[in-house]
Amino acid sequence: MPRLDNIKKILVIGSGPIVIGQAAEFDYAGTQACQALKEEGFEVILVNSNPATIMTDTNMADKVYIEPLTKGFLARIIRQEKPDGLLATLGGQTGLNLAMELHEAGILEEENVTLLGTNLEAIKKAEDREQFRALMQEIGEPVPPSDIIHTVEEALAFAEEIGYPIIVRPAYTLGGTGGGIASNEEELREIVASGLKYSPIHQCLVEKSIAGFKEIEYEVMRDANDNAIVVCNMENVDPVGIHTGDSIVVAPSQTLSDREYHMLRSASLKIIRALNIQGGCNVQLALDPDSFQYYVIEVNPRVSRSSALASKATGYPIAKMAAKIAVGYTLDELKNPVTQQTYACFEPTLDYIVTKIPRWPFDKFTSANRKLGTQMKATGEVMAIGRTFEESLHKAVRSLEIGLHSLDLPEAKELSQEELERRLIKADDERLFLVMEGLRRGITEQKIHEWTKIDSFFLAKFKNIVRFETEMAEAAKEGALSSDMLRQAKRMGFTDRRIAEVTGIPVADIEAKRKEAGIVPVYKMVDTCAAEFEAATPYYYSTYEEEDERVDSGKPRVIVLGSGPIRIGQGIEFDYSTVHAVWALKEMGYEAVIINNNPETVSTDFSTSDRLYFEPLYIEDVLHIIEKEKPEGVIVQFGGQTAINLAAGLEKAGVKILGTDLASIDAAEDREKFEKLLRSLDIAQPPGQTVTSIEAAVEAAASLGYPVLVRPSYVLGGRAMEIVYNEQELLTYMREAVKVNPEHPVLVDTYLMGAEVEVDAISDGENVLIPGIMEHIERAGVHSGDSIAVYPTQTISQSLKDELVDMTTRIARGLHIKGLLNIQFVIHKNKAYVLEVNPRSSRTVPFLSKITNIPMANIATKVILGATIPELGYEPGYQKETEHVSVKVPVFSFAKLRRVDTTLGPEMKSTGEVMGRDKTLAKALYKGLLASGMSIPTHGSLLVTIADKDKEEAKDLIKGFNRLGFKLLATEGTAKFLEAEGMRVTRVRKVNEASPNMLDIIRKGEASFVINTLTKGKTPERDGFRIRRESVENGVVCLTSLDTARALLKVLEAITFTAESMPGFEAPQSKEAYVHG
Amino acid sequence: MKKQARLVLEDGTVFTGKSFGAQGESLGEVVFNTGITGYQEVLSDPSYCGQIVTMTYPLIGNYGINRDDFETMRPFVHGFVVREHCEVHSNWRSEQTVDSLLKEYNIPGIEEVDTRKLTRIIRQHGTLKGLITTSDEPVESLLEKLKAPLMEDQVARVSTKNMFAAPGRGSKIVLVDFGAKYGILRELIKRGCDVIVVPYNVTADEIRRIRPDGIMLSNGPGDPKNVPKAIRMIQEILGEYPLFGICLGHQLLALACGADTHKMKFGHRGGNHPVKELATGRTYITSQNHGYAVSKESLTDTDLEISHIALNDGTVEGLTHKKYPAFSVQYHPEAAPGPYDSDYLFDRFLEQVAKFTKEEKNYAATR
Repeated sequence: MPRLDNIKKILVIGSGPIVIGQAAEFDYAGTQACQALKEEGFEVILVNSNPATIMTDTNMADKVYIEPLTKGFLARIIRQEKPDGLLATLGGQTGLNLAMELHEAGILEEENVTLLGTNLEAIKKAEDREQFRALMQEIGEPVPPSDIIHTVEEALAFAEEIGYPIIVRPAYTLGGTGGGIASNEEELREIVASGLKYSPIHQCLVEKSIAGFKEIEYEVMRDANDNAIVVCNMENVDPVGIHTGDSIVVAPSQTLSDREYHMLRSASLKIIRALNIQGGCNVQLALDPDSFQYYVIEVNPRVSRSSALASKATGYPIAKMAAKIAVGYTLDELKNPVTQQTYACFEPTLDYIVTKIPRWPFDKFTSANRKLGTQMKATGEVMAIGRTFEESLHKAVRSLEIGLHSLDLPEAKELSQEELERRLIKADDERLFLVMEGLRRGITEQKIHEWTKIDSFFLAKFKNIVRFETEMAEAAKEGALSSDMLRQAKRMGFTDRRIAEVTGIPVADIEAKRKEAGIVPVYKMVDTCAAEFEAATPYYYSTYEEEDERVDSGKPRVIVLGSGPIRIGQGIEFDYSTVHAVWALKEMGYEAVIINNNPETVSTDFSTSDRLYFEPLYIEDVLHIIEKEKPEGVIVQFGGQTAINLAAGLEKAGVKILGTDLASIDAAEDREKFEKLLRSLDIAQPPGQTVTSIEAAVEAAASLGYPVLVRPSYVLGGRAMEIVYNEQELLTYMREAVKVNPEHPVLVDTYLMGAEVEVDAISDGENVLIPGIMEHIERAGVHSGDSIAVYPTQTISQSLKDELVDMTTRIARGLHIKGLLNIQFVIHKNKAYVLEVNPRSSRTVPFLSKITNIPMANIATKVILGATIPELGYEPGYQKETEHVSVKVPVFSFAKLRRVDTTLGPEMKSTGEVMGRDKTLAKALYKGLLASGMSIPTHGSLLVTIADKDKEEAKDLIKGFNRLGFKLLATEGTAKFLEAEGMRVTRVRKVNEASPNMLDIIRKGEASFVINTLTKGKTPERDGFRIRRESVENGVVCLTSLDTARALLKVLEAITFTAESMPGFEAPQSKEAYVHG
Repeated sequence: MKKQARLVLEDGTVFTGKSFGAQGESLGEVVFNTGITGYQEVLSDPSYCGQIVTMTYPLIGNYGINRDDFETMRPFVHGFVVREHCEVHSNWRSEQTVDSLLKEYNIPGIEEVDTRKLTRIIRQHGTLKGLITTSDEPVESLLEKLKAPLMEDQVARVSTKNMFAAPGRGSKIVLVDFGAKYGILRELIKRGCDVIVVPYNVTADEIRRIRPDGIMLSNGPGDPKNVPKAIRMIQEILGEYPLFGICLGHQLLALACGADTHKMKFGHRGGNHPVKELATGRTYITSQNHGYAVSKESLTDTDLEISHIALNDGTVEGLTHKKYPAFSVQYHPEAAPGPYDSDYLFDRFLEQVAKFTKEEKNYAATR
């Protein structure tokens, strides 16, 4: 069927900010959808609140709206644009929910908008638990037996019928509080009793536990003509019980026989037919490892994280095809874009093994609960491709950038046997490495299987790695490490460094011996069809085999290094810049080659670059590609710290780094060199010292004066950074948070209180282009990534701005920057101090590019390759500011991460960002806060607990809320203070006092906002912590920075009409008035 | 230490790998199969008789070999080429490894081969003759051996020697065994059929004596033109009984109706082949294993019309007889290995059988 001809204009909804569970995969899906629709000649209107995405680039759609993803704003856009169709199945759960809301509010009907793709009824059937179960029963597909119970007796009766183990899920509790798995009557009684207590409606769902079953996923597609295919099936290494987003996943399945594979395939297709899916869909199934019994776990009636993974794993672009199906095409009339000669209606077949490993944020959130379960906690993931399982796994591990290049986690060796057993049974993020440690210690695969339920196929493969390491070590001991053995090692994915480690032979010797024997990688193509048809995709992976398939065009080429997995501190913004760099290179006639390993992103879409290498961003792997490609050079400044960190190794190997060179990168990152440079440029920076002992730290702090900012010198990005206010806190920090010694110095800097300002600039070595200066709402001390950034600045004087421009220009020249740089300043007592210089693309590049309409990454790429700024048509210096005010608001995923403190500080905690743009700051802030997920009621109660040090400052702020009609709730101390200031306050009980106390108030939703500031420094302050967590878990806005609170007040003042009585008559004060009146 | 093995192709390409399965030497036509799962079914599919099969998926043997999933009594491949043979097999039904199975039936295998390279060679040059050996014989003399013609009597080798029954209470179906997969039998038995399996060289009279309700022509190995007797048999009984042909059976029906077949460059082997049913416009993902195809042009003056085509290369995948209740498909509706999407064809056949039987009875009643 050809495309729908009654549709001309289509509205596409994006997924909004990056949060845990909804990440860059929707930028990839949305970008593909927009491209696919434009390709078909539709007019595309896009709305998404996330400025860091490629999909919100103005060339991706005919019109782009970066506005809050709320029913209200969507309705406004719909009324304004009058689209014929709405495509919502590519914007994650956010997109689906919005479509549902718009439908329920009657807006779609009223404006005559057709929902494209899978219809709402199908979405409802898939998403509503009861409807879904009913449908499954109707079509005879098994779901785990379950029941809703209100008493312990009912639960026991259910158990009688079904048998143990049983999962208990209390209704309406967040994060499954009070639930658990019961394996006998006693446990069931206990868990149900507590579950009923926690559930506000005294209700629990009891379900047969299928933990330990194999977890298998099918990515399926279906069109309106009922053609249905499976794009990819995947097997979770971690069995049912751990969220698939937190599981190690392989594609294709490894332990299913053909009968099992097709039994589950048939079930998946039957389900999507019954649901009448039109587009992509994900079906999750659980298979008993000891029989043909299976259960349907869940269906996602839309593209998802798994479909992005499946697309990259197979080469089959699911989102693109889903978009085309949504506008009426059928699979059999669409060409497979990979082969360009066969059709999209087929099932890709793999001739390699794909491994996905999640990337968790626990390096940032050391206090978080690291246990893995049904709530996803990973922020991102890596994927690797190999011809052996071992190769694929090894490559995935070194793609993670967790400081490992093998499956050997040194810390695991320290664990006691009991601790190891305990952590294997209760999985956490390090389980893979603990399994390896167990195997190294000689624990049997049988035992580990009992503890972990990981299939013995995978355990045998893990064991194979351990066994081979031992064999290599033994061979080396006898001086008999043969080239055959080396080849075998490389086929299993060992790095030269790992071989060196286990054999004790220097890595250079290993490399030399390997090369002498001709053991070098070849590059094979991902082609959807296992080489059955000729493919046109430039999508490669390395492996150790005979034939290399890379086609050399002979054109000059440049390699761009990507930024790896999404993690806190290095998000989608870097993928945005990477993609723009690739596009700029193509514009200039270069062949753009990209290396990256993140399956969620646009940069790893094979249609983005001229050649994509899906490889670890690990020095050995990168150098191998460079050897093959022989590029003009490598660009490292777009891939975040990942790429920057590779620069030294590349230069050492004689690779040309294009743009800012290694010496300059080093000068910006090495504290001593940097200080020297700033001194020579006569630019101020907060006074500080580098110390190598606790005593020296105390001395330094005393001479600098408290508060001081302390951080270890060997980690970047604000990790383990703290502001300490007195010696006691300093000592606690030095003893507990860092290890200090001559190899690991600690930096002690004066903490300058003041506004933080951020500048992004492009330099060609001489001319410096400054697209914009941003001011942060939160003062210095809150990580720039967690602050609300405002453009243009609101409180910076023209003369100070001139000075910032001048400083930026001098620093850029002084550092010989060629390309992008980012500088953070603090304005203390009307003087600018440099906090940090990043000689690379920053988090704010996409935001600034979009609001200033200056394509920064594009210009930077051209500059890197030799163009000058004037040549590119830009006047150096500060660019004219726009009339609109734009704000970038951080978004956090605290609800997903239990036990993480939400208070803002020098360590970054946000996972994503949104943008608000309007004519005034207040309006922009309103949009930004709303888009970030904040609910902004204009009346209600404000619960305040303010630290003594902040009380004076908070006074007017709280008064402001009060003036708007907000009722004030406070504990004794704060209440007294506020009353002394003339405010009426309702007293509430403290956390540790009898119920109802503050926590109950938060729980019951009786506070609209909570303002809570830290008592002092970072001393564990349990009450504050509990208040903050309780707020997060109950969806109450909790502000920990007075600056943010002030911004919120500004918004409230702007959107609230005050009710004021008329002023009384007063005697005229001037003669004129009298005459006039 | 595993013994070294070599795979030598007639174009002179030599792959050196490790031996698994039996040692020794074996010659055959080298073909590739793109299925990710289903190696047990592939090994035991008689249609591969005379062929050395390489699997494009690099890990083979992961879920072992079980006693249930054989498509015939024994494996018929002449050799097996894989990237990695998994010694550790994991599945609740698994009983042995691929290695031990091949040893039991004296079939050589070779692993650690760049199977993707091999596949690309076959794709570019078409199917080649090849030989697996664990000997140290020089390549030249091995290439000499490769000049020998390929076998032509595969059907006789794999077909049952005697008739046998798989009794049921439903329609009586004669299954002509040219190398039938159990899958076909399974589908018929599942539908309650009373199945009589007969050898490939059965005569029309022998079939008539059974008084069947319908005839099923099975899959089988090699060139359909190598079984001329079967073509004549089909010509004789066409129209007397409803008839359903699969794979080789499909090609034989075409030949019997005056159409022609040809050898394909490298054939279709795998479980992901899209086939379009022309009557409905629906596309089905099918399991395929064929190196020959019915020539499209040759159908012009016959009583056959094309019912299905391969979506990708447009080759004939299904035929319907214009006058008689007879149809056939080139692919495998019985799956095993592969998708079950087309098992409705067995229902369609049995509907035809029922209708035909009823009509015949009505006709008899009016007489």
